[in-house]
This record gives sequence, structure tokens and C-alpha cells, in this order.
Amino acid sequence: MPADASPFTTVIGLEVHVQLLTRTKLFCGCPTTFGAPANTQVCPVCLGLPGSLPVMNRRAFDLALRAALALDCTIAPFTKWDRKNYFYPDLPKGYQISQYDLPFSSDGSLEVVDPKGAFPPRRVGIIRVHLEEDAGKSMHDEAAGTADSRIDLNRAGTPLVEIVSQPDLRSPQEARAWLNELKLLLVYLGVSDCNMQEGSLRVDANVNLHVPRGDGSTAKTPIVEIKNMNSFRSVERALAYEAARQWEEWQRTGIEMGKAPKQTRGWDDAAGITRGQRHKEESSDYRYFPDPDLVPVTVAAEELAAIRAAMGEPPTRLRAALAEKWGIPAADAAVIVNQGRDVVAYYETVAGLVGEGKPAANWLQQDVLRTLNETGGTITDFPVGPAALADLIGRVGRGEFDTARGREIFAGLLTLGRAALPADVAAAVAALGITAVSDDELTDLVRGLLTANPKIVADVKGGKEQAAAGLIGQARKQNPNVNPGKVREVALTLIRAM
Amino acid sequence: MQPVELSSVEIVTAIRQGDVSAERVVTAFLDRIARLDGSINAFLVVDREGALAKAAEIDRRRKSGQPLGPLAGLPVAVKDVLCTADLPTTCASKMLAGFRPPYDADVVARLRRADAVIVGKTNMDEFAMGGSNENSAFGPVHNPWDLDRAPGGSSGGSAAAVAADMAPATLGSDTGGSIRQPAGLCGITGLKPTYGRVSRRGLIAFASSLDQVGPMCRSAADCGLLMETIAGHDPGDATSLDTAVPPYTQLLDQPLAGLRIGRVAAHFAAGLDTEVARGVEEAFAVFKAAGATIHDVELPHARYGVPTYYLVAPCEAASNLARYDGAHYGHRCGPASGGKSAGDGATAFDSPLVEMYCHSRAEGFGPEVKRRIMLGTYALSAGYYDAYYAKALRVRHLIRQDYLDAFATVDVIGGPVSATPAFRLGEKTGDPLAMYLVDMYTVSTNLAGIAGISFPCGFTRSGLPVGFQLQGPALSEPLLLRAADRFQHLTEWHRRRPAGCSV
Repeated sequence: MPADASPFTTVIGLEVHVQLLTRTKLFCGCPTTFGAPANTQVCPVCLGLPGSLPVMNRRAFDLALRAALALDCTIAPFTKWDRKNYFYPDLPKGYQISQYDLPFSSDGSLEVVDPKGAFPPRRVGIIRVHLEEDAGKSMHDEAAGTADSRIDLNRAGTPLVEIVSQPDLRSPQEARAWLNELKLLLVYLGVSDCNMQEGSLRVDANVNLHVPRGDGSTAKTPIVEIKNMNSFRSVERALAYEAARQWEEWQRTGIEMGKAPKQTRGWDDAAGITRGQRHKEESSDYRYFPDPDLVPVTVAAEELAAIRAAMGEPPTRLRAALAEKWGIPAADAAVIVNQGRDVVAYYETVAGLVGEGKPAANWLQQDVLRTLNETGGTITDFPVGPAALADLIGRVGRGEFDTARGREIFAGLLTLGRAALPADVAAAVAALGITAVSDDELTDLVRGLLTANPKIVADVKGGKEQAAAGLIGQARKQNPNVNPGKVREVALTLIRAM
Repeated sequence: MQPVELSSVEIVTAIRQGDVSAERVVTAFLDRIARLDGSINAFLVVDREGALAKAAEIDRRRKSGQPLGPLAGLPVAVKDVLCTADLPTTCASKMLAGFRPPYDADVVARLRRADAVIVGKTNMDEFAMGGSNENSAFGPVHNPWDLDRAPGGSSGGSAAAVAADMAPATLGSDTGGSIRQPAGLCGITGLKPTYGRVSRRGLIAFASSLDQVGPMCRSAADCGLLMETIAGHDPGDATSLDTAVPPYTQLLDQPLAGLRIGRVAAHFAAGLDTEVARGVEEAFAVFKAAGATIHDVELPHARYGVPTYYLVAPCEAASNLARYDGAHYGHRCGPASGGKSAGDGATAFDSPLVEMYCHSRAEGFGPEVKRRIMLGTYALSAGYYDAYYAKALRVRHLIRQDYLDAFATVDVIGGPVSATPAFRLGEKTGDPLAMYLVDMYTVSTNLAGIAGISFPCGFTRSGLPVGFQLQGPALSEPLLLRAADRFQHLTEWHRRRPAGCSV
């Protein structure tokens, strides 16, 4: 069913937890490195030992400020810490230090524009961004056949920002695109590495349907919170599944929001479905109260100005700047910027050496990015360096090679580079056995072909110059190194002289 | 004179001058502990070996002319609420029986750097919750002045240790009066410093916004000596004050003339023991004779101090004590108690994890700790927060304002520290509310975050000490110590020793 003919509107809000890229934890000096042996990055504070006290890491707070500023949030001049009390073994203090009623920032927004125009530009409101400490990790080892769980507290105390969006998203596709944009922004600004596999970005989604009634009013289905989504693709799939499930349920039961408690459902990626989770007591009573161990934080205007000045360019501005500087279409600039800062740097080096933006953008998108997509890896360890690619693009541009030959040379560069050999164009050309064909050689070759193809000669003489193209294939068969353009040029000259 | 009869100031002076060895001093106190503590129970741990080794080291260093810390050789006993890396730290709770922290509390580290000799850990009410020391999981402390009576609490072990000359100086902690009230009931001098003056890092939290570590000694001068070591900024405690530490002992020797002491009429209302009232009035007379002036002041919201305290403190405590869940350290129920304990809150529908929580906490905590966890959990619950916790914070603000108003006209406020002298063990244990009221003269100091000192001002006919309390504005410790020290130059009450404990 086409989207505009849907009998309902899908309404989506997201809650995103992002680990900040700090060296140390939020309230102690322990390192935050991922992947260390369990329980080796801990101290009395993050273990919640008796008598230990938290002291705020100002660097984490400043990074959180940077994120909030990038999301156009209003920064509170005064903010405080609250304790969120609940029992769980990966929460060693029995409470999480978080922010309840006075988050450090609120009322922001982030717009997402699809380069291909798959949905209209969508500005999504941010209700609040607050800072809190992460819990540890529980590993329930059911495979081992015991009921024991193991706890790793390395992550306990790592700084997290929680970003809560308004329910402004209107499709699973939009939600995914918006998450991509959010991730891009936070990575660009050095706020987080947003690595979902390592848990440094986690998403929960709230979704329900607005169903127009005949009388002009709107019915709303009960809100469902979806958890356990471990990729943006999962988010998209889970939302699509959930919207369909709610539509089916609505048609069957007609139960509206408020008539049933808010439900939490977990996404099962393998099965491709959401499942209802055990009803936790709905108003989970966290008994928030101000943490008496910490002092309120004030933010001066000068501090904000300093953070803003050191923030770097967000992706939106970079896209426009790139399109403008290199004269490339906005869609090209978007694709390049969306790949991240390193690809932008690679592109700008190539374009600078070539002296022209568009061919560099084409080669980057059609060859470099395609190769990366197929083989994985990052631009920083891509076998073809920007200088070699620029050299190749320049030669193709000057007609030394046609594009097809250029692609072969690009493949040759890849092969050399992967074998850790010097990957310059000359080496690739040599490796491919490509030698330049001298003008005399070419003239002799074409002359022979003309003798063998009287029909083509006649056609050209009769005004059908395009018939000369028929010689190119034959010429390449005899000598693969000939330049097709030159074959055509020489043939036409010779025929005219006949 | 025997070493155990010397004051802390005299001990450090004598050791520094070589008049007596640290080893001899420490041995004398250790021997006295061995002789007397069986009937007093002030100590949970005595570190004879460690203390003697430290004393020998100090003597060696002194002989070889190496520099010594300001408390070199002074035996100090530390309330078991303070973390010590080399000694078990239990908060007198079964929950932490045998628990050994991996680090020293900031104050303990400061004591060690100052070359004090830590002789042991003192008994207390479990998690510092109580006013009689009867809530210890390891048995009550007996008041050296009458072994059938309570020493007060929660720092009852520290108070009794000083009163019985088992230690010349101890550290206590004061959340609602836990230094001052037992000091009063045991006839010693105890200072509750301004909130933030002494680091709380390594002080096992009861109520974080009220807790403060302080010295409990024979005299105000001794308290000043300890304060010079334990006070000071700690970047590891976000609530620690970054203010220079005055040389307290050098500021004592100034006349009291012109000191304006406030007197609150409500302190003398019904309920105040007549002998206590007499002792307190006589103390006012001593101050007056020394040149101080006495002025009536009012603390209009003081009567809400106890109810406010019993909301704020349990709310913080309920959260602070959530970490004792059996999962990481401390008491965990054995497999045998799984599903068996009755009345601990676990139900047949709970997961094994929840059962473990319920049983471990039911077994590990004593009744008073459970009572306060329940009070705090209830008061913070959705729907009650505004009526209880939020309102208590507003009243707390009013109480703080009362003091600010009063200190606009007087320098300090004097009065009783406790309504009665030491009560009998068991006398109030059946009535938690009566027990809570023993804090009525002390809780407001903590709610306001200001300083208070308690020192002996007389004795009842039956020979029990009567305590006098002075409260002063934030960072008024030099003034409080000076006033108490001058008083102790004019009186002999602080020199009296319990008969049963004579040398």
C-alpha cells in the first residue's frame, strides 16, 4: 500500500543512549576502554564500595554540553544530579546517578533530509538531553547450563547522554534515517563513537498509530516501547513490524491509548517479531531524589561560548560547504559527508589534486565507496591512496585512458595496494602489461583495418561517421593498449584523405 | 603520671621531647583496653600488633632524628564507620561482618600521615543509627560511669573508650548528634565540625547531607589538636570545603570577654531533667563570670527538628544502604535460607535474585536499620515525596534560616546536649519514638550544616556526667573550641574519671 494511502499514521519517538568518548568514567578516574578483561577497570567508586564518593568528571559534562548544543538545545544555567533507585546486580550502588527534573539541556531539534527525497525533510524535536552513569553488564550464561549470571562492572559509571525525541517521526524509514543523522552528528563532533556493537549507542523506540475516524477525530493506539534493537536496520524492521501488529490489533480489539497500560516489547531479530515482555510494575517507582553526594553544576555563558567555538562543523553545514566549494550536486555532497570525516578528507585531497570536484566525486562514489561496501574496511586503510586515484582521474580526463581502461587500472591499484606494493598508476599500468602505442604503430594498425573493412570506409564516406566505431573493437583485439578515441580519430583522418 | 592519664596534647609533646617512648604510651593504652574492655565493649577490633609496630617505628625515627608528624605516637581509636584498609570495617552490622575495605578513609589516611597510632575500631550503633549504642550487632557498649547504663550513640564506643582512658582520642561521626550526645553522656568533649570541614570519603554513609566526622577527646584543646590533622579539603569529596584550616590549638588562649552566648528558653521546657538543667545553668554562670554575656534567642522551627531529621536522614539512608544487597560484598544469605525465611518480604512469585536480596537484607540488617530503610523508602515513594521529603527540605531551610537570624545577634548558642543523663540499657529499646527524642537538642545543628561542641558541665548526685552544648555558625570551630577550652580552664569537670576505671 503506498504510504499516502495508509489508513493510519505511524507516530514514533526515540530514546537514544550514547556513551561519551571520555578517557575516564563520569564520577571516578577509571578508564572507559572497551573490551578489557571483566572487572579490571574498576575502583571503590564505580564498584559502589562502602564510603566511596562520586566526583564529577567535568570533561564528560563538557562533551555532553557539546552534544546538546549540536542538537540546538537550551542549556540550563543550573543543573543537579538525582538518584534513580532500583535493585539490580549490575547496579552496584542500588541507584543510578542520573538527572530527573532539571536536565542540563532541553528543547532542541535535529533535521533529517533524505538525499534521494524518499520522505520530506523532517525536523524532529528533542525533549531533553541529560547525562547519567551507565550500569555494568550482566551476562546470563544459559548455555553453560547453570542459572548463574556473571557481572562485569567495567562499564559501570561510563558517561551516557540520554536523548529523548518528540514523537515527530512518521515512518520506520524516517526513524532509521534520523538515527543515521544523529550518529553522524555525534561522531563528527567527537562526542561518541556511536558503535552499536560495543553498546556505545542504544535505541529504544516508542510507537503507536493515529487512526483517523470518519468524523474527523483521531483514534490513538496504546503506546508500545520497543527494546533490544541492536542495529538501525533492526530499528526500522521492528518499527515496521510493530506498526503492522498494532494495526491488526486495533482492527481486532479497538483498544485505544489510556485503556491499556503502556507495554514494553522486545525485538527478536532472528524471528523478525516483537514479543511482549513481562509486565513490570507500570509506574516503576524509582524514588528519585537529589544526590546529596554531589553539588549542583552551573554553566556560565563564557563556558558555552568556548565549547561552541571549539565544536567543529556539523554535517549539515559541511554538506553545503562541500557542494559549494567543489561545485558538486547537493546529493553527491550528502553521500560523501554521510560517510564521515575521513571520507570527506579523502575526497577533498583527491579533488584538490585533480583540480575538479565532479570527476573526483564520481570516482569516489562509483569506485571507492562501492569497493568499501563490498569488501568492508575503512577509507583510512583503503589500498588506493588519494594521490594515486587523483593521478588516474587526471589521466583519464586527459584521454590517456578511456574510462573502461581506467577501471582496470583502478582494479590493478587495488591489487597492488592489498599486496602492500607501491600502488601508483605507473606500476599498475606496468603490471597490467599496458604499454603506450606509438602514433606510427597506430596508423599502421588502422590502415590495415581500413583495408579489411571496405564497408565501413564506404559508410563513413557516405556521411555516417559513427560507422568508424566498428573499427574500435577490432583494433583492441589486435592491440589491447590502443586508445579507442585515438583509433576513431586516426581512422577518420585516413578515410578523409582517401 | 601514668601515660593513660595524659591528655593528647601532653602525649604528643612528651613523645616529641623524648620524655616517654611511643611504645610505652601505646602499650599502656593497649593494656588498659585488655583490662577494661571486657566489661565496656567499646572496641570491635584492637590492633595490638599493628599499633606496637607503628609505635616502634616512630621511636626509631625519633631517635635517628627523622621528622615526625604532628600526632606522632598518639593512640587514636576510630569509629567502625570509617574505612581502614588494614582492619575490618563493619559499621557494627552483621551485613559487613569481616568486611575489609581496599582503602583508608581520608581522615584515617590523614591520621596515618600525621603519625598517629590507630589502636582499633570502636563499637557503634549499626550504620550509626541510634542514640544508645544498643543497636550494635556486636553487643551494646556500657557507660564507664555506670556499666548498667548506655553511653549514648551512635559513637558510644568512641565516647566510652575516652571516658575509660582506653584511648586519649577517638574519631566519631555525627549525623544527628552521634558525637555530641555520647560525649555528653560519657563526660568527654566532642566536636561536630561544620558540614564539609572534614572529608566524608571513606566514612560509610548514613545520611550523606548530614554526616560529619569529628574528634572525641578529653578536652577541647585535644579536639583542636585532632582537627588540625583531620580537617581540610579533599578533592575526592564533592561536598568538602576548600577553605584553609586554622591552627586551632594556637587560637585557644584568648579571653572570653565580650562573647555573646544565646540561650533558647524552649530548651528548658518540660522534659529536661532538673539535674541536667542545673548543670547547664551553672555553666552559663561560669561563662558569665568569665566575661561572656547571655542573651535570649529563639529558634522558632527547632521543634520541627526531630520530625524533619527523621524524614531527611531515613530517605538518604534507604538509598545509601541499597548497595548492601548481597550481590557484591557483605552478607549474602546461604542456600539454606532460600525460600525459607518468613516475613522478609520475599514471596513465592519472586525470582531467585529477588529472594536472595530479601533474605540477605533480612538477615544482615538489624531492626532499627530496617525501620529507617522502610521509613525512607516510604517517604520517597511516588505520591508521598512532596508531602514528606520535599516538605522536610523546606523545613530544613527554615531551620537553617533560624540559626542565621540568631547568629546575627549572638556568637554562639548554649544549652543542654541531652535532656537526661545516661539512661539504663534497655530503658528505651522498646520505644523507638522515645529513642528518637534523645536527639532533640542536636539534630538541628546537622540540618543547618553548622558546628557544635559538647563538653562536661557537671555531674548528677548519682555521679553521671552532664553535658553542655555550644553551637556556632559555619566554620566557627575556632570559637567553639576556644570557648570550651576557656571553660575547661575554669572548671575541673572534664578531669573527672569514672571510679570503676581508676588507674
